[in-house]
Amino acid sequence: MKLEPIIELQGLSKTFGSGDSQVAALQNVSIAVNPGEIFGIIGLSGAGKSTLVRCVNLLERPDAGKVLFHGEDLTKLTDKELRQRRRKISMIFQSFNLLDQRTSLDNICFPLELAGVSKKDAKKRAMELLETVGLPDKAGSYPVQLSGGQKQRIAIARALASDPEVLLCDEATSALDPKTTDSILKLLQKINRERGITVIIITHQMSVIEQICHRVAILDSGVVAEVGAVESVFSNPQSKAGRRLVSPDVALPVVDWDTPVARIAFNGTMTEEPVIASLVKEKGILVSILGADTRNVDGKAFGTMLISLPEEEDGKQAVLDFLNSHAGISAEEVHKDV
Amino acid sequence: MFDLFSDPVKVAQQLQIIASEYGFAVWETMYSLVLETVFAYVIGLPLGVLLVTGEREGIHPLPGWLMKIINWVINILRSVPFLILMIIVLPLSKILVGTKVGTIATIPPMVIAAFPLVARMVESSLRELDQGVIEAAQSMGASTWQIVAKVMLPEATPSLISGGTITLGTILGYGAMSAALGGGGLGKLAINYGYYNFKFIVMWAAVIGLILLVQIFQSAGTRLAAKSDKRLRGR
Ligand SMILES: Nc1ncnc2c1ncn2[C@@H]1O[C@H](COP(=O)(O)OP(=O)(O)OP(=O)(O)O)[C@@H](O)[C@H]1O
Ligand SMILES: [Mg+2]
Repeated sequence: MKLEPIIELQGLSKTFGSGDSQVAALQNVSIAVNPGEIFGIIGLSGAGKSTLVRCVNLLERPDAGKVLFHGEDLTKLTDKELRQRRRKISMIFQSFNLLDQRTSLDNICFPLELAGVSKKDAKKRAMELLETVGLPDKAGSYPVQLSGGQKQRIAIARALASDPEVLLCDEATSALDPKTTDSILKLLQKINRERGITVIIITHQMSVIEQICHRVAILDSGVVAEVGAVESVFSNPQSKAGRRLVSPDVALPVVDWDTPVARIAFNGTMTEEPVIASLVKEKGILVSILGADTRNVDGKAFGTMLISLPEEEDGKQAVLDFLNSHAGISAEEVHKDV
Repeated sequence: MFDLFSDPVKVAQQLQIIASEYGFAVWETMYSLVLETVFAYVIGLPLGVLLVTGEREGIHPLPGWLMKIINWVINILRSVPFLILMIIVLPLSKILVGTKVGTIATIPPMVIAAFPLVARMVESSLRELDQGVIEAAQSMGASTWQIVAKVMLPEATPSLISGGTITLGTILGYGAMSAALGGGGLGKLAINYGYYNFKFIVMWAAVIGLILLVQIFQSAGTRLAAKSDKRLRGR
């Protein structure tokens, strides 16, 4: 069954400034997000990630293009209609953006107040959400009395209050330490599973995408470099930007090499050592590993490795063929400009 | 001016004046202060909000020319010296409150002098707000009015109170000056008895009263601002 995308961005462009200081933050960006998935958008700083995600709820108006939510173009709506839709597309932020002068409970009540829910019902729902995010004892605390991780949990509870269909996360874990990041990601995952909320995550951290995203788009200087399932994009990136992201130091080795070089991509079906070992054993060809950036996830390798290839074409081809005959591995000769 | 107590007859006479008129002067000072402040905020608060929300990058942009005019009017009113402004505006009091003399008559000019200050105070308080919080509210579907009423004003409350304290002190000063043009209160006591009639004990008593009022407002305002600020709660 082909799912209708819940969010579809079509040909978005956005330029900031004018004249010499013009920045094309987005150039003809098209992305479709399916209902129920966790969709990651990754890119270097300044790639346009925040601009892109802010276009989804029109905090930023694109200069051109369409933002479809359930097939309806949000850019065509009146202010009032847009405000209604925004209640179904919640957002959390890197800096949490809680109301400092309100308690946690009242922060969570805020979107319900906006929607005209009675105080009593709002409080009740807010207490339930505090349970969901694991902070029932912080109802009366003010944001200043909370840690970063706790603030983000309150922000998540607030975002859930209006019963949204989509949750946008702009660098939601970037201000947090690794352990807290991990727990927030688990919470987002739980919300996605239990409530079926579609999650769109903006990050510059690979680990965040790896941990919870189903699909990922790589954004590079305002252009979508590639989109795909996380395993395939990360193990075998097709674009330069993707390769730079996935293995920044392997793609650009510090030493100049003078032998031919191959990149091997592992997409998580096997471990790396036996392959290289059996290459030597079975083919009698010695290769050396020039660099590797692989991660072991549940005993399986993800990532890329650079090895030297024999000089002569036959040997080269033999090695590449051998490697490519393994499931979960792809190998290709690469040149210095990758 | 500093030879206060050498003549017992004059001292007695002045104490007499203080006993009979001081209470009323304080009362006049206070009620005109309250009225002026209330009206200055009735005009200045919405205007200050407008200055922030109505600008090009604001949450509800207004036409550029309108913003220019508002800014222009505020700047002009702010740059005319208070006494001159008062002289210019006093005839308006005839229309607004039916008289050109007395304490009541000085209220409209004082409001006109004070509301631009209030507008700028409010503007600067609102500009201190974290833009992210306003954006968060927008992302939740808040209307302009809801953002002003539920986010901007409540979040800026401590700063608005601090600004209010300064405004109060300034209006109190204006009130004392207005005595030169017929206003009542402690200022009148100081100018009429002290300056025009050499009753310097009365003058000093009035001045001390004004000083005390400023002190009280200032410390009460500071304390209230701190108390209202939930960001200052210890962990
Ligand atoms: N309001 C703005 N005015 C002018 N330029 C802007 C504005 N917002 C973003 N830009 C520019 O657009 C480009 C993309 O910015 P954006 O914030 O979307 O990047 P990002 O991928 O989120 O980066 P980061 O990871 O640092 O948050 C940058 O060059 C930035 O300077
Ligand atoms: Mg960003």
